[in-house]
Amino acid sequence: MEGITDMVIGLAHYLTVSAILLVLGIFGIFLNRKNVIVILMSVELILLAVNLNFVAFSARLDDLNGQIFAMFVLTVAAAEAAIGLAIVVIYFRNRGSIEVEDISTLKG
Amino acid sequence: MIAALAFYLFAAILIASAVMVVTARNPVHSVLFLILAFFNAAALFLIAGAEFLAMILVIVYVGAVAVLFLFVVMMLDIDFARLREGFQRYAPIGAIIGGILFLELIFVVGSWGFSSQASELRLAPNPGGGVTNAEAIGRILYTDYVFLFQASGLILLVAMIGAIVLTHRQREGTKRQNIASQVYRTGSVALERVPSGAGISALGIRRPPQPEPEAPKVTHESGHGGHH
Repeated sequence: MEGITDMVIGLAHYLTVSAILLVLGIFGIFLNRKNVIVILMSVELILLAVNLNFVAFSARLDDLNGQIFAMFVLTVAAAEAAIGLAIVVIYFRNRGSIEVEDISTLKG
Repeated sequence: MIAALAFYLFAAILIASAVMVVTARNPVHSVLFLILAFFNAAALFLIAGAEFLAMILVIVYVGAVAVLFLFVVMMLDIDFARLREGFQRYAPIGAIIGGILFLELIFVVGSWGFSSQASELRLAPNPGGGVTNAEAIGRILYTDYVFLFQASGLILLVAMIGAIVLTHRQREGTKRQNIASQVYRTGSVALERVPSGAGISALGIRRPPQPEPEAPKVTHESGHGGHH
């Protein structure tokens, strides 16, 4: 394709790394089903994989929109982490544990 | 060649530290490996040419989010051994679902290609020609995407207020200022009009007694006065 630069590293390499990272994040959610903090960290890993994809495609197409969108993803991820950790803190203050099974008592 | 070697090195460390994040026994180690993963992801961003985003990743994620995780993990007194019950039980189902997802992703990547018009369909092509990455991002972020930029600022404001409101609590036995009752109190302090221009002794106001002026220090070392 003309007008589209060749990257130093192929796009497929980035996509593979990102896919492995995403799968590891989902695996982490299953593995640490009781620990909310590690689940939040796994969500951060998944969002990092998404950002890696955005940046890789942005570099491949030589288009800056991918990087802009990755920046918005970073913003939302930071807000999500802050709110999630605040909820964990008040939940621990009330219940004395952070087990995910107990959080079903939050409903209605 | 060197870039390829660096890519493989950073990618290998990134994946290894991601494995450690999800399998580490101690959540503090998980957070530290998460920081390592963010650093290596920033290096991958640098290799892809997204310098500004790499620096943002290091500053925002390592400097703020990971440290926030570290604070919370260390602040809460959690019995981590109990949280690891069922670790072996959930591993097979997680591995199965992860494997299925990975296979699907490989199929997607394998059967996918760029459109022939991809180069014409770009919205914001990289200007190139000596314009740095940060400047190029700033040029379109503050013009085309200014409303999205403001909206993301609003999201951060809401998150900040939400986190403060959620975690703020009123402890028993601490003295706090109640501004409303302070403003609306009546009777305890009387306002009166005093004549201006008169001395305070004429108004009957007595000053507290002045402290006695200190006696000048007597130096005993008379022979060694002057310069030292």
